[in-house]
Amino acid sequence: MVAQNIGFAIIATIMVIAAIRVVTTSNVVHAALWLVVVLAGVAAQYILLAAEFVAVTQVLVYIGAVMVLFLFGTMLTRSRIGVNSGLNNRYSNLGIPVAMVLFAAMSLALADSFGTEKLPSDGSLVTTQQISDQIFGPYLLPFWALSFVLLAAVIGAIVLARKD
Amino acid sequence: MLVNQFLFLAALLFCIGVYGVIARKNAVLVLMSIELILNAVNLNFVAFAFAMETQDGHTFALYIIAIAAAEVGVGLGLVLLIFRNRRTISLDDLSEMKG
Repeated sequence: MVAQNIGFAIIATIMVIAAIRVVTTSNVVHAALWLVVVLAGVAAQYILLAAEFVAVTQVLVYIGAVMVLFLFGTMLTRSRIGVNSGLNNRYSNLGIPVAMVLFAAMSLALADSFGTEKLPSDGSLVTTQQISDQIFGPYLLPFWALSFVLLAAVIGAIVLARKD
Repeated sequence: MLVNQFLFLAALLFCIGVYGVIARKNAVLVLMSIELILNAVNLNFVAFAFAMETQDGHTFALYIIAIAAAEVGVGLGLVLLIFRNRRTISLDDLSEMKG
């Protein structure tokens, strides 16, 4: 248990620092690369929570596909690669109190409702078979809907980005 | 491990994402902040699934990952279109619909 807590603390610290860098750095490509660190940290937390399939999907879809999309978007919109001022709003400091108040409210609610509730210490690994039984069993209808959403998104992205 | 340590981490990631959405002007960076928010929600789902020893949270997390991929695809398509027509992706300059 102690080893898991130490691992959690190290990964969480790295994730929070990287997330703050994503929203404060003045270089779009650096922001994308810091986002990779956050997403990899989330995948590591999934493994800590015995969710191996979700962790693998996170690495494949987010770090593999979504990051490539972001880097392409950065490249094609010719955001100047390199230090780039003017990425923030005029009123960007307004975001700090908003985020602080939101975090304070969430912390109060969490501390109040979950306190020191413990995770099960002998949690079993969720296998891919169990997840597929879920997806193709009770959650089949949302899975179909999701397929149509993806199809519509693919067609929509092609139509939007086409020349002419 | 406590349930709360994961929930606090997710709350912190969520708030950082909200700050990014408010503070950033570049549309690509706003989309990145939205990814932070979605990941925070996913972390909550998986933490609750582990705490209650079910698999439903994993299914929801997978669906959210798929939706996020679709959202980024369409979002970046829109950003490219705006850039092609306006030569800028600064969200402050897109104010035609302001009353």
